[in-house]
Amino acid sequence: MADLLEIRNLRIEATSYPPGEAPRDVVLVDDVSVSVAKGKVLGLIGESGAGKSTIGLSAMAYGRGGVRLTGGEILLNGRNIRGMNASGLRALRGREVTYVAQSAAAAFNPAKRLMEQVIETSLIHGIMGRAEAEKRAVMLFAKLGLPNPESFGTRYPHQVSGGQLQRAMTAMALCPKPDLVIFDEPTTALDVTTQIEVLAAIKDAIHDTGVAALYITHDLAVVAQVADDILVLRHGKKVEYGPVKQIITAPHEDYTRALVSVRSIDHVEKAEAPPILSVQNVTARYSGTNFDVLKNVTVDLPAGQTLAVVGESGSGKSTLARAITGLLPPSQGRITFAGRTLNAALKDRSKDDLRELQMIYQMADVAMNPRQTVGTIIGRPLEFYFGMTGEAKRKRVQELLDQIEMGKGYIDRYPAELSGGQKQRVCIARALAAKPKLIICDEVTSALDPLVADGILKLLLNLQAQEHVAYLFITHDLATVKAIADKIAVMYRGQVVRYGSKTDVLTPPFDDYTDLLLSSVPEMELGWLESVLARRKMESAGN
Amino acid sequence: MKMPISAMIGLVLTGAFLFCAVFAQWISPYPLDAVIGGVWEAPSERHWLGTDTIGRDILSRMIHGGQITIFVALASSLLSFGLGSFLGFMAAVSGGWVDQGLSRLVDLMMAIPSLIVALVVLSVLPINLTVLILIMGLLDSTRVFRLSRAVAMDITVMDYVEAAKLRGEGQSWIIFREILPNALSPLVAEFGLRFIFAVLFISTLSFLGLGIQPPLADWGGMVKENKDGLIYGKAAALMPALAIALLAISVNLVADWILSRTTSLKGGRGG
Amino acid sequence: MHPVLKLVAQRLTLGLLLLFAVSLLIFIGTEALPGDVAQAILGQSATPEALANLRESLGLNRPAYVRFFEWLGGILTGDFGVALTNGQDIGQAIGQRLGNTLFLASCAAAISVPLAILLGLVAARYNGRWPDKVISGITLSTISLPEFVAAYFVIFLLTQVIPIFQPVAMVFPGMSFLDRLQAVALPVIVLVLVVLAHMMRMTRAAILNVMQSAYIETAELKGLSPMRVIWQHAFPNAIAPIISVVVLNLAYLVVGVVVVEVVFGYNALGQYLVDHVSKRDLPVVQAVGLIFAAVYIGLNILADVISIIANPRLRHPK
Repeated sequence: MADLLEIRNLRIEATSYPPGEAPRDVVLVDDVSVSVAKGKVLGLIGESGAGKSTIGLSAMAYGRGGVRLTGGEILLNGRNIRGMNASGLRALRGREVTYVAQSAAAAFNPAKRLMEQVIETSLIHGIMGRAEAEKRAVMLFAKLGLPNPESFGTRYPHQVSGGQLQRAMTAMALCPKPDLVIFDEPTTALDVTTQIEVLAAIKDAIHDTGVAALYITHDLAVVAQVADDILVLRHGKKVEYGPVKQIITAPHEDYTRALVSVRSIDHVEKAEAPPILSVQNVTARYSGTNFDVLKNVTVDLPAGQTLAVVGESGSGKSTLARAITGLLPPSQGRITFAGRTLNAALKDRSKDDLRELQMIYQMADVAMNPRQTVGTIIGRPLEFYFGMTGEAKRKRVQELLDQIEMGKGYIDRYPAELSGGQKQRVCIARALAAKPKLIICDEVTSALDPLVADGILKLLLNLQAQEHVAYLFITHDLATVKAIADKIAVMYRGQVVRYGSKTDVLTPPFDDYTDLLLSSVPEMELGWLESVLARRKMESAGN
Repeated sequence: MKMPISAMIGLVLTGAFLFCAVFAQWISPYPLDAVIGGVWEAPSERHWLGTDTIGRDILSRMIHGGQITIFVALASSLLSFGLGSFLGFMAAVSGGWVDQGLSRLVDLMMAIPSLIVALVVLSVLPINLTVLILIMGLLDSTRVFRLSRAVAMDITVMDYVEAAKLRGEGQSWIIFREILPNALSPLVAEFGLRFIFAVLFISTLSFLGLGIQPPLADWGGMVKENKDGLIYGKAAALMPALAIALLAISVNLVADWILSRTTSLKGGRGG
Repeated sequence: MHPVLKLVAQRLTLGLLLLFAVSLLIFIGTEALPGDVAQAILGQSATPEALANLRESLGLNRPAYVRFFEWLGGILTGDFGVALTNGQDIGQAIGQRLGNTLFLASCAAAISVPLAILLGLVAARYNGRWPDKVISGITLSTISLPEFVAAYFVIFLLTQVIPIFQPVAMVFPGMSFLDRLQAVALPVIVLVLVVLAHMMRMTRAAILNVMQSAYIETAELKGLSPMRVIWQHAFPNAIAPIISVVVLNLAYLVVGVVVVEVVFGYNALGQYLVDHVSKRDLPVVQAVGLIFAAVYIGLNILADVISIIANPRLRHPK
């Protein structure tokens, strides 16, 4: 029997309009062939710009924003849909293939109730009547674990949470009984504890309805839980294509191997040492609000070591960084740094306090003044703290560039001319230039592709060994924590719920939240999702 | 950097206008007020655009009128710009009650159309160049204030500004080295738009008889003087109006080009 | 209270406060500047004694706040005072002319609003292609024209090149409706030209903004027809910004009439205001200025209220 979807030698192009230059055609996807059988799930994986979403949408013969499908065949249910006319495409979109977007919050029409939107496709294509469609929608709401499935559809999109919207979007895609659903990074925007629930709901729904799916993500561990086959993409080309088991356990290509081993940096925690930073009973709130975003936080960071502060959005982990830097003076508590008590407010701190406590940001893009060259950016702390000028300053900047493994030829470039990873390296060099004792790293790898992030983590570990600098490492990603931390503080709703050495924190018995958080992080092994869910079910039954 | 043709045309025309304005005394064929021919003479070798309602050379009056128009517009937009951007930056950087006070005052001033305010104020004040420039400059500074405050606000929340604060940099480094270089292009484009607005504003006031007073002449006033010519079908009477339109469009083209190279907000329009 | 009602009430209160502040500003603006009514009546060469006498008889020596509240109270009860120049009752004069101004403005609105929305839709539909470029090019050039310049181009074109209209717009009481329409044709064309460009550009931007939303892509990927995408998904979200754009531009139109009335010698409020500014007739200027400001503020508040009501997030709170 022929496969449901068969893509042969697909080529996709777009016209790019670089400012101040003539427009030119760029190839987004080149010579990709792949197939999906009825009821099977194909995972598309790659970094940003790998062409995975573009290929996904090509299964509906849809090109986003001027993207053109210029070559190859896209066979859906045996007929080529590339080059099909508009009415033909309308007939198959929504009927044979449906789509789940990354940001359901933006993908739902804010002016209409959820039920109207969920059943619209079924009604328009004449797949079923209104009563039947509403019944099916309620059934899907229930299957996807949405609260009050009977009345859920009467709400407007802004009235439900992000995780619920993502599930409602899945219901919307499944309602018209399509043959194929395209899931485009459906869990990427969610917190890790929400992600696992949505992922499980999607997996169940796929299984129960017998629909086939394309599952697009940048996270190999996630796709390993739902896919039958995996296509690894890079720069619009196929790297490796095979069954999920082979890709995870026996990858053929170096790039795939790197992706599989991306979270396995081996970091042995260092021995106990006297603290460089000590946060004692710190409580803080933003002016004009009436609740504390930090409640009685106490943590220590040994000199030359790494304290990872981990938590989900809204846990107060970034606020802790603002309190330590003096941007948000705490209302109570004390912060000692290098043996002296820090003044609460930034403006009252000495130049040495400022110099020895540096910060690196999540978005390197906006952490550097776009009108300054790399040389100026790294050189300014040298000039400001050490009075270096001219040749001496330039020489030192070059040394720092060598230290962050960027070498010659970058000193006179502007940030816009650097890649994402290079930008973050320049920010690290700027922090290093001040010869700090502590660097606060606020989600510094979250915006980067996994391999690039890995490189940054390795660089940070090397620099720590060379310079004996301590890191306060703020992150939501537990794999990063395992790779870099000596000590860990788990934060939840403004409080530190667990604190200690890495081994202690990651060894049971756990408190409830840490347990939930740790067990929600996808692991690069087959069947992980089932085992977690089974264990959770047993525990809740046991209670 | 490649320049689009429209911007090139705009730049050349704007330059030509400025040149005529600066050297009006030397390039205009006749003095401003000299009656040198018959009434409503058709364009000829001696009078390229013909003569006006009492026999003065229209081209000469246009060149002199351009000088006054551009001078008043430039002076008032410099005033509005200096005042508006200074206060706007100050409001953004200091925040708190300074920001609140200035912003509410500007809200109030912008709640009434500029033309109406100008008319009300001009009904009591003597009408002369200084008063006109001051009124126009003050009224228009509200728009510059809003734009520069918004631009500066956008920049102050950037991590690189926070990084500079954490480094311990002073207020002046932050304003002049971190904020200003990034705010410059939207502000330069805004200056073009404010200048156009000032040209249109002074021309409108003069046309209403409440702007530049005789014996001085400007384009708006000339439209008023020559409006009868139009009824006799003299196209030359349209020339001052055409000059206003052409100047406005050419500066607009340049401003659009500058703005399109930056990603920022456009200021409000006149009203 | 429902959040929408609360917001609307807040906005209306704020509007009333603003109106009060504006009336104060108009009063102070004319009060605090050098020169006063007595000076205006008697001229620069008046003797100090004559000035003092006149001030006494006009009540100008009483404290400013007393006069302000008298003035405001008068206006609220329909008493605008008398004009200095001819002793006429200002309220009566305004009453006659306000109708003419509103007639002119509504004719212009009746043409420009549908036209602007239509052109905005066409430009958005063919975004970046030739119909969009043509429409945008023309509107971009009319945007740079002040009202009186546009007026003279139109006059020249329609009375000289193609002589189908008279260059003045005379209206008088007792004129028939059709004659009136005929009389205001030229000024209406000018106003339409001036206001159309802004309205159309803002409409286009509002529609494009909605059409580029992710939920429009969702609708397209459901296989809906283009008409259904527009009517069911784009329109409900675009309607609020479009109405708000239209109302804002109507506010602009109300000011635009001032100049156009002068150009065509159209006997209405704007002409009345400009006349009395040159005559330095303070009470008239204050009264008419306040009326223009009030209409402008009122329309702006209306635009805000509409966008509050049309926002589904506010209409259906969590």
